[in-house]
Amino acid sequence: MPRLRSALAQGALLAALALAIAFLYHNAAQNLEARRIASGFAFLWREAGFEIGESTFLAYSALDSYLRALLVGLANTFRVAAFGVVLAALLGTLIGLARLAPNWLLAKLAAAYVEIVRNVPLLVQLFFWYAVISDSLPAPAQALNPLPGVFLSNRGIFFPLPGDLPVLSGFNFAGGAALTPEFAALLIGLVTYTAGFIAEIVRAGILSVPRGQIEAAYSLGLVRRSAMRHVILPQALRMIVPPMTSQFLNLTKNSSLAVAIGYPDLVSIANTTINQTGQAIEGIAIIMAVYLTISLSISALMNWYNRRVALRGTAR
Amino acid sequence: MRWLRENLFSSWPSALATLAILWLAWRCLPPFLDWALVQAVWHAADPRACREAQGACWAFVAEKHRFILFGTYPFEQHWRPAAATLLLVGLWVLSALRAFWHWRRLAPLWLAGLALIAALMWGGVAGLPYVENERWGGLILTLVLATFGIAAAFPLSILLALGRRSGLPAVRWACVGYIELIRGVPLISLLFMASVMLPLFLPAGITMDKLLRAQLAMILFAAAYLAEVVRGGLQAVPRHQEETADALGLSWWNKTRLVILPQALRIAIPPLVNTFIGFFKDTSLVLIIGLFDLLSTIKVSLQDPAWSGHGVEAYLFVSAVYFAFCFAMSSYSQGLERGLAHGGAPRLARES
Repeated sequence: MPRLRSALAQGALLAALALAIAFLYHNAAQNLEARRIASGFAFLWREAGFEIGESTFLAYSALDSYLRALLVGLANTFRVAAFGVVLAALLGTLIGLARLAPNWLLAKLAAAYVEIVRNVPLLVQLFFWYAVISDSLPAPAQALNPLPGVFLSNRGIFFPLPGDLPVLSGFNFAGGAALTPEFAALLIGLVTYTAGFIAEIVRAGILSVPRGQIEAAYSLGLVRRSAMRHVILPQALRMIVPPMTSQFLNLTKNSSLAVAIGYPDLVSIANTTINQTGQAIEGIAIIMAVYLTISLSISALMNWYNRRVALRGTAR
Repeated sequence: MRWLRENLFSSWPSALATLAILWLAWRCLPPFLDWALVQAVWHAADPRACREAQGACWAFVAEKHRFILFGTYPFEQHWRPAAATLLLVGLWVLSALRAFWHWRRLAPLWLAGLALIAALMWGGVAGLPYVENERWGGLILTLVLATFGIAAAFPLSILLALGRRSGLPAVRWACVGYIELIRGVPLISLLFMASVMLPLFLPAGITMDKLLRAQLAMILFAAAYLAEVVRGGLQAVPRHQEETADALGLSWWNKTRLVILPQALRIAIPPLVNTFIGFFKDTSLVLIIGLFDLLSTIKVSLQDPAWSGHGVEAYLFVSAVYFAFCFAMSSYSQGLERGLAHGGAPRLARES
């Protein structure tokens, strides 16, 4: 009898889901027809007709297709996420270690940093950094020059490359490597925000190593540095890796806030595409499919890594 | 003296760090204080006074504070959202007190409070003119989105968490699919879905206003994240509790309601508060689909050409407002965590 009941309950749930989907599908089909909106992905091959502020790996012009525009957006998302993940991990680890430092001033400073960045919405921070760059930094002609070859201006941040220095020509700099104000604001915002969370993860990971382990390492005659390297860090890493991965994923998902400050990431370009073609369902399906693929593959990768770390630990 | 030596100059690296921090503070703090306080313009009827000054233009915030706090709500009626804001904050503060942690106290309190807030905001009763919710904006919109979002998402998340642990494969897979789908995509894609895609899915002739659609997206989003927190709480309830309940012959429903959930939710309170803080911050994203929350009203104020170029001051101000709310909540959650760790129930988690 309970088996029959559970089969019935599950059947009812599946039927309700199928009914709901059919209902939505029916409505959508009617609405699309009434509004004369095409459906399907044929629009991807049509000419996009809009310019994109910056494109990294792919050459792009307004004559290219929507597909190419979206790929440029995807490449821009990957670019900011890749730099962001590396820099946030570095900064976050440094701040997490600083919070545990014996120096009172350093520890308090790191704690204040963590509280501030974690308690203000990321979107506010992005707007803040964008305002700092575009409102407060001087024009290229009076650009700040904190290090030789590095220029900060309201038109972007310029770095020297080997054998290629940025030089002021006309109203802007030429040569070297340049970060647009949008990219710089997004990167700074994402890195400083995520670092606050990573710092807490690193701190919790190190604190999770039992005191006995540390004392045992010292009594074996290990110095502080080798105790850290051979005893504390390997154990702390096991605690740190899973939540750190979810922070990396968060950073990647948060990079979609680019749309609010005008950096052409995937979401921003999909948004333009939706506005031009009216094909909202397809546009949003593309965004979701891309992010789901990224999320699921990173978590699969991390599960695999995590199992390896855990197994090696127990095998010894 | 001894404190200084132990905490600031205990070793060479530590002493160097202290000196570096002091040097940085000496270089950065005076110019910052000069900009933020000494040279700042606090009151100015004329925006030109700001442009000539060397310091921060707080007069911008002072001049625009009505719009920033209340959005496009009718000007002479601003006392209504102000009262509603205070009322809502009051409800949160009361709910945070442990003396009120009982359904018999919380439920009537919230029902009465929310009814009063709805009456204040919409009006149309007791001689208050009606104000449609397209004109709601500012701080109250942020608070309403967060409050109703969490209130609706929480029961949904409990169902999802229970469903994820269900023995029925169809139920389990439906819940896992939902939770992983929502957690795998950015909130912004859900908000876009609510603003441009949802109207296409409604039957002809039925429309839903934008605030309601955004609220719906926020609820679906929060429910997936809260469900994972509740699931953590469920997992922390020791197995023998469930086995004892079974041995007593309780039905699944009574076992869940009387034995498992009360313990699981108690364990999950601190992470629930943390999730709520994240959710509160995430309400700022409704700006992107064109709702007038606190961040949005300040951004619109900045578009006034007479006052343009004061973005840094404006965002520092709005950061301070968000910080006040979030810091209060996170301090509360930390206090709670310490309190609960000493007081019984969560200890059980350690036994399993």
